Amino acid sequence: MPANRFNGHTDYGIGIGLRVPHYGHILERKPVVDWFEIISETFMVDGGRPLAVLDAILEQYRVVQHGVSLYFGSADKPDRTHLRKLKALVKRTRTPWLSDHLCWGSVDGTYSHDLLPMPYTHAAARRTAEKIRQVRDFLEVPICVENVSSYAAFHQSEMTEWEFLTEVVERADCGILLDVNNIYVSSRNHDFDPYAYLDGVPHQRVGQIHIAGHTKFEKYLLDTHDHPVLDPVWKLYAHAIRRCGVTATLLEWDDRIPSFGEVHAEALKANAYIADVRQAHAVTRA
Amino acid sequence: MLQAVIRPLGPGYRSRRRWPDGRPATVVIDTFAAPNPRLSGFERIEIYNRMYWFRTLDSLHEDLPGLRAVLGERRFMRLIEAYLVRHPSRSFTLRDLPARLEAFIRRTSRLTAPHTALAADMAAFEWAQVECFDAAALPPLTPADVTGVPGSRLRLSLQPHVRLLALRYPVDEFALAVKDAALRGDASNAVVASRRRLSRRVRRPRAAPTWLAVHRHEGKIYYKRLDAPAHRILTALRSGRTLTQAVATAGRGVQPDQVRAWFTTWMHLGWFCRR
Ligand SMILES: [Fe+2]
Repeated sequence: MPANRFNGHTDYGIGIGLRVPHYGHILERKPVVDWFEIISETFMVDGGRPLAVLDAILEQYRVVQHGVSLYFGSADKPDRTHLRKLKALVKRTRTPWLSDHLCWGSVDGTYSHDLLPMPYTHAAARRTAEKIRQVRDFLEVPICVENVSSYAAFHQSEMTEWEFLTEVVERADCGILLDVNNIYVSSRNHDFDPYAYLDGVPHQRVGQIHIAGHTKFEKYLLDTHDHPVLDPVWKLYAHAIRRCGVTATLLEWDDRIPSFGEVHAEALKANAYIADVRQAHAVTRA
Repeated sequence: MLQAVIRPLGPGYRSRRRWPDGRPATVVIDTFAAPNPRLSGFERIEIYNRMYWFRTLDSLHEDLPGLRAVLGERRFMRLIEAYLVRHPSRSFTLRDLPARLEAFIRRTSRLTAPHTALAADMAAFEWAQVECFDAAALPPLTPADVTGVPGSRLRLSLQPHVRLLALRYPVDEFALAVKDAALRGDASNAVVASRRRLSRRVRRPRAAPTWLAVHRHEGKIYYKRLDAPAHRILTALRSGRTLTQAVATAGRGVQPDQVRAWFTTWMHLGWFCRR
């Protein structure tokens, strides 16, 4: 959805992830970019260059926080110290919404540093939703949860991934960061129809969309974020914005990062799909 | 499942076929992980097992170029694998991964012998750099803050982005030599393999007591050699001693002029902060 309560009623366009190799270019050339997504954890530090760069970026650009360590699906309770640090950053960036993943990644304080898939059970959905509520109440900012790419599945699962995602976000009354690349990667790894996934989620809750590149191996796809967006993912993206409306869109490029210009140009390809959708809407209205 | 993800890999960076208790790992993992038509449950979890190790080893590899040069790539990898088995990450950020490496090296000397002391010094030195990089910078102390306070009551705090090290080896010089060698490798378009050889060709230093302050200035990390008495003074201040007590640790051989010059430099660098 363009602007809704899950993205703080903003109407952001196409953004890219803020990454270290581009710092120099951005600070010197000040290119026009609608918004940047930052990885919260990179800036959850006490000082030094990361915060200096962030403050300089904040003077010029709109920034949205994306996290990788809240682990809504981990049984561990949210860590208060961690949340306090995160909240300090939320105040610094004035992020209109904050996202993290529908996954787990730690047990009793031991971390995998990965976004591990969950068993899709009602019990897990209830527990996860409760944790999202706790985090949101503490941070006082709208939350969007992101679907992850996955390579494994569990015998325990009682439903599809999109049914699970739906149950979690409805119980938590939170938004969705819909990663269409992750849907595509998982659809190939788990043999489901990605369009059924897209049609199956509550569209009015989608506050943001991710696009990214992935890598094809013989027996599975890997979510590598080191390529341009592949065609089937663009097609899914087009379908997603037809369903959800034109939504804040962000390109993730995290490895073998090319020049700023290349990354930004890749992200701006989304404009063509957005134009199509707008035109189609205009035609139906006429 | 976490155990299945973080357990050590076997030969060829593949998941081990045996679970730690001796059962076939497939039996254990297939009880919870479902197969698809192309991969068994075991093989699907293996993807995560491998990624865990690539991610954590990569992170340490990048943070510890000096230690790599001390040990050579092979021994370095063996060391950090053993380290991660003993100390899996306990922090939300990979930044903290090397935190306990120095102590681990000293405790597990067979992995680094006969270079244990040098390796431990290097690990301490490289960890100090990680810490200084993003530690807080508190409001620096100004002369006005201390004027009129007698030394016997004055306690000076050191900035969190200053780390003091007392080492047996001059690892700072060695680290610079390794960096230089790597840069020369880059300049001559050498491939990664020959860069590794280059970095190993830098001779390991001889033992020589070395006192260092690793610190941050305008966003960059620097290391500054200290005289032993200067190191003692700063260490005493950091531990909460008064100025008078701290200066007394310098010993009789040190001239008051010298101490004054040190303090001028430290004030100039902004090393002291308000408590
Ligand atoms: Fe994503």
